[in-house]
Amino acid sequence: MLWFIGRRLTIAVPTLIAISFVIFAILDLAPGDPTSSLPLSIPPDVREQIREALGFNDPFLTRWVLWMKQVFINEPISLFETMFNVQVGSGERTRVISWQSRAPVVETIAERLPQTTWVMGLAFIFGILIAVPVGVISAYRQYSVFDQVGTFFSMVGYSVPTFFTGLLAIVIFSVHLGWFPSYYDTTLEVTDWDSLVAQIKQLVMPVGVLSMFNAAALSRFTRSSMLDNLSEDYVRTARSKGLKEKRVLVRHVLRNSLIPVVTLIAMQVPGIFAGALITEQIFRINGIGHLLISAIHMGDVPMVQTLSFMVAALTVFFNLVADVVYGILDPRIRYD
Amino acid sequence: MTEPEATSVDGVVEAADDEKVVHRSLWGDVWRQFRRHKGAMAGLIVLLFVSIASFVGPLLLPYDAVEADIKMRNQGPSWKHPLGTDNLGRDMVARSMVGGRISLLVAITAMGLAVSLGTTVGILAGFYRRLDGLLMRLTDMFLALPVLPLLMVIFMLFRDSLRAAFGPEQGIFMLIVLIIGVTSWMQTARVVRGEVLTIKQQEFVAAAHSIGTRKRNVIFRHILPNCMSPVMVAAALGMAVAIITESALSFLGLGFPSDFPTWGRLLYDGKDFISITPMRVVGPGTLISLTVLSVNFIGDGLRDALDPKLRSR
Repeated sequence: MLWFIGRRLTIAVPTLIAISFVIFAILDLAPGDPTSSLPLSIPPDVREQIREALGFNDPFLTRWVLWMKQVFINEPISLFETMFNVQVGSGERTRVISWQSRAPVVETIAERLPQTTWVMGLAFIFGILIAVPVGVISAYRQYSVFDQVGTFFSMVGYSVPTFFTGLLAIVIFSVHLGWFPSYYDTTLEVTDWDSLVAQIKQLVMPVGVLSMFNAAALSRFTRSSMLDNLSEDYVRTARSKGLKEKRVLVRHVLRNSLIPVVTLIAMQVPGIFAGALITEQIFRINGIGHLLISAIHMGDVPMVQTLSFMVAALTVFFNLVADVVYGILDPRIRYD
Repeated sequence: MTEPEATSVDGVVEAADDEKVVHRSLWGDVWRQFRRHKGAMAGLIVLLFVSIASFVGPLLLPYDAVEADIKMRNQGPSWKHPLGTDNLGRDMVARSMVGGRISLLVAITAMGLAVSLGTTVGILAGFYRRLDGLLMRLTDMFLALPVLPLLMVIFMLFRDSLRAAFGPEQGIFMLIVLIIGVTSWMQTARVVRGEVLTIKQQEFVAAAHSIGTRKRNVIFRHILPNCMSPVMVAAALGMAVAIITESALSFLGLGFPSDFPTWGRLLYDGKDFISITPMRVVGPGTLISLTVLSVNFIGDGLRDALDPKLRSR
């Protein structure tokens, strides 16, 4: 098993470095300039000195390596320091600074992360909770009314983009019925019963819309995985042994069918952030996606670099997790 | 055995003597199977209808999609304007039709680009062992890239220079097609590579090699035609992805300009008027969803129709 993980890691690390290069290179072409937001009264030669001091005129490769050092070494140490309130070394290290807010990028991200994780994480969990039972029942009663309706709805759910369902939900539930607020209030703190109700109310629409979308694709996948397993020989064996149907279904078929489903779920975790881009725009949640879009509009290169790299690193990491989980759940894969 | 519809539709069914031996071509068979899939047929009809309406419709309508008529602004649905008008008094039906043209054109060209890129990479990786490792690592890397954020950044970077070089419309069109195409070829490449690896092992390929067929001809004559079925399914699904990506970009304000609307852009412009004229959101949104749904159903039907195990029944 360790050998298996090690082999996967040797692929993941170069991939990550290559991705950091691509992201750095693309964003390096950006027309933005850290001195453009400084006062206009600074004369051009001083401006040039500032650029020189910031290392903006160094060769491309030097800047890339320095950036990697900031991202991989300095930022994790600083994060560790703020989390546990200790000081590592002299505490003096260069950090990735946003051109927009002049604050370390990681701190801004840490402020925005809770909103995104709450909304997107809940939507993800609810999506799974809806999709797996629907997929299992659809497969078990193949071609039944439940299956037909479920398949149709999952097809619809997966074709209708969230930016349309989200807007529809706003028209119906906040404009006409006035049940839920149309935007997400981040300053709301849950202290008593009323604020808890308010918090739940503002979560309902974004989480509902997004979990429906997540559930659609996943339930189709669960269904086809169940169907593959239901026709296997071991199912017939289990039935002929006289096991109860429920036990056959849950203990034998479901356990085996969930192997690819779990892998898919692990691989979809980074997709949460891609979904956040659009959902946060519709429901005005000031999370990570909102931060990224405003950074792009303002030409804040370090912020965009860090956020894109974060998502890429998560993708690589969860692909690795998916591989390892598959290896644990299905030992045949390991010796491939 | 003789089906009158089959003769009229695909024209390859021939009758010989009195026995009426029916010769069925591969694509005739696929079509027969495809027609049995109700969802796919409905999808095909809807897609045809939407395309015809988008490309021919604006010629028949009395309204202009760009000219403002300020007296008629923010109207609800009526017989004269079934989808209402926008805040400049432009008819939403006309604008949706013009928007459909661009949305569909973007989707088709971007899908074409993605599928040809994916097929090329897949065939090269599957056929030449030396390229396999390199190309598949490249594919994995593209799969791990955060596509939407990078698309947005690339769009911001190159928008102005392309606008200057090719004019506002062509420039943006090329840019969007290019970025969607370049970031969505990976699935096709993987599927095609797998297919090529199995086809390569078969006897007819060995036979072709043994009679001295050139490698290029082996690829184009023997391998490529045999991996057409996954390519076609990938094309259908790729078109759905392209429509959604284009509308998502437009929805984030990073797509076509407002005087050159697509469905996504209409939705984006309409969302600020959602409480006055909800039809401005419902109309384009329904069109996007309906088109994507029908394309997905067509993809489903194609997959079933191209599966020889199902077809022989």
